[in-house]
Amino acid sequence: MTLMSYRQALHDTLRSEMLRDENVMLMGEEIGVFEGSYKITAGLLAEFGEKRVRDTPIAEEGFTGAAIGAAMLGLRPVVELMTINFSLIAIDQIVNHAAKIYGMFGGQAKVPMVIRTPGGGGQQLGATHSQNIELYYAFVPGLKVVAPSTPADAKALLLAAIRDDDPVLFLENLALYNTKGEVPDHDEPAIIGKAKVTREGHHLTLIGYSRMAYVAKKIADQLADTDHLDIEVIDLCSLRPLDRETIIESVKKTSCAVVVEDDWLTYGIGAEVAATISDGAFDYLDAPVRRVAMAEVPMPYAKSLETAALPSEDDIIQAIYQTLDAIGHRRSKTGPHD
Amino acid sequence: MIDITMPRLSDTMEEGTIATWHKNVGDTIKVGDLLCEIESDKATMEYEAYEAGTLTEIVVPAGQLVAIGTLIARVDNGKGDAPKAAAAAPVATEAPAAAPAPVAAAPAPVVSASVAETLEAVGAVASPLVRRLAREQGLDLSNVRGTGPGGRIIRADLDKAVPAALAASTRGGALPMTSGPLVDEKRGSTEIAFTPVRRVIARRLGDSARSIPHFYVTASADAEELVTLRAKLNEQLAQTGRAKVSINDLLIRACALALREHPLVNASYVSDTSATMLVHDRVNIGVAVASNNGLVVPVIVDADHKTVSELGAEAKELITQASTKGLSIDQMSGGTFTISNLGMFGVEEFTAIINPPEGAILAVGGTKKEAVVVNDEIQIRHVMRYTLSADHRIIDGALAAQFLQTLSRLIENPLSLII
Repeated sequence: MTLMSYRQALHDTLRSEMLRDENVMLMGEEIGVFEGSYKITAGLLAEFGEKRVRDTPIAEEGFTGAAIGAAMLGLRPVVELMTINFSLIAIDQIVNHAAKIYGMFGGQAKVPMVIRTPGGGGQQLGATHSQNIELYYAFVPGLKVVAPSTPADAKALLLAAIRDDDPVLFLENLALYNTKGEVPDHDEPAIIGKAKVTREGHHLTLIGYSRMAYVAKKIADQLADTDHLDIEVIDLCSLRPLDRETIIESVKKTSCAVVVEDDWLTYGIGAEVAATISDGAFDYLDAPVRRVAMAEVPMPYAKSLETAALPSEDDIIQAIYQTLDAIGHRRSKTGPHD
Repeated sequence: MIDITMPRLSDTMEEGTIATWHKNVGDTIKVGDLLCEIESDKATMEYEAYEAGTLTEIVVPAGQLVAIGTLIARVDNGKGDAPKAAAAAPVATEAPAAAPAPVAAAPAPVVSASVAETLEAVGAVASPLVRRLAREQGLDLSNVRGTGPGGRIIRADLDKAVPAALAASTRGGALPMTSGPLVDEKRGSTEIAFTPVRRVIARRLGDSARSIPHFYVTASADAEELVTLRAKLNEQLAQTGRAKVSINDLLIRACALALREHPLVNASYVSDTSATMLVHDRVNIGVAVASNNGLVVPVIVDADHKTVSELGAEAKELITQASTKGLSIDQMSGGTFTISNLGMFGVEEFTAIINPPEGAILAVGGTKKEAVVVNDEIQIRHVMRYTLSADHRIIDGALAAQFLQTLSRLIENPLSLII
């Protein structure tokens, strides 16, 4: 194990996969000479050369399409879209080509590519550069969408994504790049479609992904200390396929759930999770499933308004307590398992 | 594939027990074949196949109680449509998403309709978790106070509720009481499964006692002449080889005639939201019978048009049938008034609970010799005491008293019963 940042884990994994398989190549804006807007690709141009680390024009549709073609012909391109907001320019390539070629043409060509891209608000980047629109891709059969929240998962899921024969949208998060964690030294790919119980508990199930999985774990640990709450935390890790079984099993144990997400509430990932719980654990629910999400507005630029629009830790704690109140859980500061 | 569900065999039926399966899995079934016998709240009924096919699955085994509408068996009619669960599976080109874990792997939920109905009746809501626990453990949620948002009954409320209150279920029935505290070691308790009859008694009389404002009017009659008349009648009947009549038969006749005179007692309250009450033109008298199969109330229809010996013969037949092959639902339906007679047990007097939707019930004690004042002299006379329980929403005290006055007059002038 080595303690490293999420950013470092991504960098090291890209490098080790390029060393392992010469078909792995990178494409994106400013990833070569400038070494990437978030420095994920630092040093890779120098090490692997222009053939495998391609700086592209500012033309997401063009280079995403080029990567799809490269993947169909046997390469394993890893495309970096500077933020998920820019994927909107490439969305036709992703949704209508990458996702559908394998199925539409009877399996004649696979599209083994990865689209790495960060989401996340809170950096004062304004309404068009602060969105969390991974839902657009999680909606589409034929794509896989993964969303690691820790450096270790970033490594394991990137290994899995690069080695997968289907197109994978790999969701990163601006706020996670500098977070640190222990990362295994060996290369063990994750299983795409498997969620993680990052904290076991029996009072309530708290579900999140990407940055919100990180926040959820932090809050659960904090409430265990301060309020003797025993909250189970699920990191979805994969949005498509969604690991419904892990969600259902947890809610069967706890009888209640709160889903937290950085995207908008209406039609969001949390809605799918809530529907999953209703389908699979209805007879175990003691309270309605609550969701905490971003305010239904285009992200404001002003810091105060941006902070207000994003789901806060207080919002999440409040939702947790509203749910616990609804099932008659007494607040206690005296014992670990009241 | 055809889904066979627990049918509603009578108006009041809410759940039924499979008494016997007459077909096994794999058997070929023709239209009209006897599939199974079903015990409802009132009787055991035969259930015949409406469609032909092969019996592929028996979901509810014999002896199990389920709510109406519950799947009890599946018949393959050759139209092999896939089970619903499979049809709903997502079509995915990617690695398939983990399917929702099957929730209903446990045995079919028992008395599910009852839980919903109980909640509706008491105006309560309960979380899905509580509803499931109530179904599985036969808990009576009507005694539980909900402390969740909007008064929702939540899991924590079950923990707080007195186990006895939950166990006092009128619907728990033959379910195994799985939670420990219900069987009480200190009291040396054992569990006795409810029969369908016991269940319906518990529910209907519980509802009656809770919802109907009962009041009670007691009277007595000098039954000396009635006893004498009965002795003479039976002497004659015996000579012609006909069945004897009982005091009760004479009483049925007396009540029928009294109801004719006071038609507003032969009536039903409809509901709190109804603008009308019902007055019945026909006099159909139920006779409470403690049969081998439990308390049942066979109904003698048009009792006011039948002679005492006809009433006697019919009552005897119904009482015999109640203890042997059982009564049909028809034989227990349509009553407008009930007589409950505990005189044969030496009871002096008692009060009875109205059998809804009837408006009144007569509780009759024994006919015993007493010292009574006749023409300022003390004489030994047979005296009969009875108490009318009436629904005060439709019957007032004066009406009840007038009815009893008429009844006493008829009993004291028994010739009017046989002419």
